[in-house]
Amino acid sequence: MQKLDSVDAASLRDDIPAFRAGDTLKVHVKVVEGSRSRVQVFQGVVIARAHGGVSETFTIRKVSFGVGVERIFPLHTPAIDHLEVVTRGDVRRAKLYYLRKLRGKAAKIKEKR
Amino acid sequence: MTSTTTSPAVTALLGTKLGMTQVWDAAGKLVPVTVVRVGTNVVSAVRTQEIDGYSAVQLAFGQIDPRKVTQPLKGHFEKAGVTPRRHVVEIRTAVTDVTPGQELTAEVFEAGARVDVIGTTKGKGTAGVMKRHGFHGVGASHGAHRNHRKPGSIGGASTPSRVFKGMKMAGRMGHARKTIQNLSIHSVDVAAGLLLVAGPVPGPKGSLVVVRSAVKGA
Repeated sequence: MQKLDSVDAASLRDDIPAFRAGDTLKVHVKVVEGSRSRVQVFQGVVIARAHGGVSETFTIRKVSFGVGVERIFPLHTPAIDHLEVVTRGDVRRAKLYYLRKLRGKAAKIKEKR
Repeated sequence: MTSTTTSPAVTALLGTKLGMTQVWDAAGKLVPVTVVRVGTNVVSAVRTQEIDGYSAVQLAFGQIDPRKVTQPLKGHFEKAGVTPRRHVVEIRTAVTDVTPGQELTAEVFEAGARVDVIGTTKGKGTAGVMKRHGFHGVGASHGAHRNHRKPGSIGGASTPSRVFKGMKMAGRMGHARKTIQNLSIHSVDVAAGLLLVAGPVPGPKGSLVVVRSAVKGA
């Protein structure tokens, strides 16, 4: 796919902070309502980063009113205003799908120190 | 088939399919695009109603080792005053304002234009009826014995005591000319000679495609 790197370069964002699975992120999402747009924050744990290059995505999980909510964002989407890393997590895997089965304290991720 | 003066003039370019990727449009929607490198096309001949009995523009595209060009083709390119190219295609069009030797680049198309893309599909080799013609096959269970992907009956018995012509059967699939109509040009990169066509285009990466203004374009 190196032939298309020049095409992809225009879409790639360079303002993405380094983060990995286990980190807690604040995603500031641009929401368009009719003609006006505002920024909404989605905060949660990164449970996966998938694919690569311009099509890279990450999955954020949070528990909202006792219901697990996951959102998958394309990493380079212009719909993201900016990303904020809240905490770095101490985890030993790249994909944290096991969190889906855990509740309460068991689903907590240790902070890296 | 006959092109009248009132019909819009067909514009076309030859190119190489580079592959697919994704871009975001102005509204923030993700668009899957096929990148076609058109580089520079050159007009190698112009067919006219008076001389040839039909009007068309012959386009040539692609590098070729000069030693590999046959003498007849060499003469043909010399007549137009251009260096030999690998691919030559005639496009039926009423356009008359082109001259042999003229170079055409990606700028003949603009973003948002409707196009048809013609290519040669990927060869699939010998394929069964389920893959080749979309047959439903035979049941997976209920005592079906070793005939899960077979076509079933292919006709009567002693009447007509033959199989009708054109009966869909297994065989060579793919590697056939295919036109995809009414795709849209997402963007044009004139400097790099690239067309970004929204959606997929027939053929493997590196294959020759013809990008032509849509015949049924709205």
